[in-house]
Amino acid sequence: MAKISLKNIKKSYGNVDVIKGVDIEIEDGEFCVFVGPSGCGKSTLLRMIAGLEDISAGDLVIGKTQVNDLPPSQRGVAMVFQSYAIFPHMTVRENVAFGLTIAGASKTEKDAKVAEAARILQMEHLLDRRPSQLSGGQRQRVAIGRAIVRKPQVFLFDEPLSNLDAALRMDMRMEIGKLHQQLGATMVYVTHDQVEAMTLADKIVVLKDGKVMQTGAPMDLYHNPANLFVAGFLGAPSMNFMNVEVVGVKGDVAEVSSPVLGKVRVSAKRGPFAVGEAAILGLRPQYITLESGQALMTGKVALTERLGAETVVDIGLGDGTSLIAALPQDTVYSVGSDIAVGFDGDKAHLFKAETLPEKGAH
Amino acid sequence: MASKFTRSNGTGWLMAGPAVTLIAAFVIFPFFFAIALSFTNQRLISPNPTEFTGLANYRQLLGLSMLTLDPVRDDAGAVVMKDGAAQYPALRSFTRKNPKYPQLDGMREWFAFDTPFGGDARTFILARDVVFMIAIMNTVLFVLVVAPVQAGLALGLALLINQRLRGINVFRAIYFMPVVVSIVVVSLLWKLIYDGSSGLLNSLLSSISFGLIPPVEWLGDPSTALGAIIAMSIWQAVGFHMVIWLSGLQTISPTLYEAAAIEGASKWQVFRFITWPGLRNTAVLILIVITMQAFGLFAQIDVMTNGGPLDSTQTIVFQAIDRGYGKQDISGASAISVILFVIVLTISLFQRWLTREKT
Repeated sequence: MAKISLKNIKKSYGNVDVIKGVDIEIEDGEFCVFVGPSGCGKSTLLRMIAGLEDISAGDLVIGKTQVNDLPPSQRGVAMVFQSYAIFPHMTVRENVAFGLTIAGASKTEKDAKVAEAARILQMEHLLDRRPSQLSGGQRQRVAIGRAIVRKPQVFLFDEPLSNLDAALRMDMRMEIGKLHQQLGATMVYVTHDQVEAMTLADKIVVLKDGKVMQTGAPMDLYHNPANLFVAGFLGAPSMNFMNVEVVGVKGDVAEVSSPVLGKVRVSAKRGPFAVGEAAILGLRPQYITLESGQALMTGKVALTERLGAETVVDIGLGDGTSLIAALPQDTVYSVGSDIAVGFDGDKAHLFKAETLPEKGAH
Repeated sequence: MASKFTRSNGTGWLMAGPAVTLIAAFVIFPFFFAIALSFTNQRLISPNPTEFTGLANYRQLLGLSMLTLDPVRDDAGAVVMKDGAAQYPALRSFTRKNPKYPQLDGMREWFAFDTPFGGDARTFILARDVVFMIAIMNTVLFVLVVAPVQAGLALGLALLINQRLRGINVFRAIYFMPVVVSIVVVSLLWKLIYDGSSGLLNSLLSSISFGLIPPVEWLGDPSTALGAIIAMSIWQAVGFHMVIWLSGLQTISPTLYEAAAIEGASKWQVFRFITWPGLRNTAVLILIVITMQAFGLFAQIDVMTNGGPLDSTQTIVFQAIDRGYGKQDISGASAISVILFVIVLTISLFQRWLTREKT
């Protein structure tokens, strides 16, 4: 068991900076998820913790040791790869016992530890098969088995579920969650899938372009995103953003309006805002209501997606922008009809004006 | 009725036509023609009609016999000695029109050894065609040395150049260079290198040993000639097999190496548990290719030694060519080709079986 601390970690390839000074503290036994769009450097960061990539600058401490220059095997880490990286010519048993074989363990020790790992992962019946006879989920189990058999201080997962189909991904996600509770080890998990991040993590680190955007518990990030990127990245469908003008400020509450939006009071914790300042209003689709009594704007229904438990409505506003609403029940709206749009100002987010993140960034 | 395959694919057959014709004319037909010729007494150019002679060519090539002889004794019963060695009856008296030994007629001594548990007796192995036997043994020796050494060296080079280092392509090019040079040119160059008086090898040996190593006539001495040809043959084609190994190495997923690094595997363990098992199919391919190429040893011999000195560098293919075109005995040469085909086929099948995937 160990805590991991990254202090001003940097990575560059020649003149290209990939990781631009990252500070993260991962507590002992914590499940930490690195999440971000492709190319944000999350896998590189994980590989630097593993020792598969050199650290250009900064300090990496696992437990109490500075491990910058230690080879992977001496860092006390185990890693599960996206492509599983199980050895094709060995049986499952030999794969799981690989680390022990390398270390020269006795056969009895190997058998006992492999049996224990197989029991934890419920794969006793697979031990004598070869990887080619296994399904994707079973291969992933073998890879995890190989990781847990050495009882490492730290587990590293590099997008372990992205090669699995949707149903299996959910099963394995739950299993990894259970495994974390069972083993109590520190785990670092890289994914681009925000659902995995939200469900598994004790702590999420949102990365973009080699920089940490925000660190915190999943619900903190969801309810109090520090910036537009985090706000847009977490949550599905992603948050709506509107350009507004601040017309009044009173403590943590601001009054805003825009050509399509009448004056409305919204919470404004990311202040201070000044009257007349341009700002960006963020609205989660889930907190938008389409009841005529609470109308703040009007629009036309452009598209509806009925998912049974949820209805997603794409609303075209007067100024040509669009707004997504997610309603918690199955409702029918006819495309092209006029509709009243309302929201709860306390659950809206007001951001300082900056460039809007691109839609569909994740 | 024509099958669908032949009837509805007129255009296809037309397009395949030129290739099929050429393969038929230059590969398939000669193959079966050689088999047919090997059962006749056909000569390259001869006014006499061809006759079917059955297995005569094979008997002539492969005929072997064993003869155990007691030494010549004088009247007192003591072994007659000549130049410090026991004297044995002249073999010629058995192999030249001896009515008691018609099966030995025309045979010559290949080699002899003291009969085990036979007192003073000596066993003579007689061959109908001693030169061909020597050619087979030389070829087999060549293959036995070249296959493992060349494959091993090529693997070593492939492992060395399969690294991301600055300028590694220069080394790849250097190791591959001998492969693109014609074997005839390479042979001529090495003939100069091996030269007995002014050759590079002798000069080098002499200078690094301060003149202690006397010059050796590498290609003129029966004890060094085959070794010299083996060494230069390994050098010439090692780059080719290096490239095949390299392609095999690059099919092994890099994450397997990363996984091994995290588990703490040493360099040897990485090779033993990941690299070598991942190269199984490549190894089969390389061993079969080297074996077949080595059995085909000809150009080096033709350019450098012509089979000499004292038949010490005779090989199967050199014999086939020498007989077919030099001695105009095309049917005998065909029989040699068929024998070579059977040997190579057997060895390839055996190698495949040895290196089969165990399930």
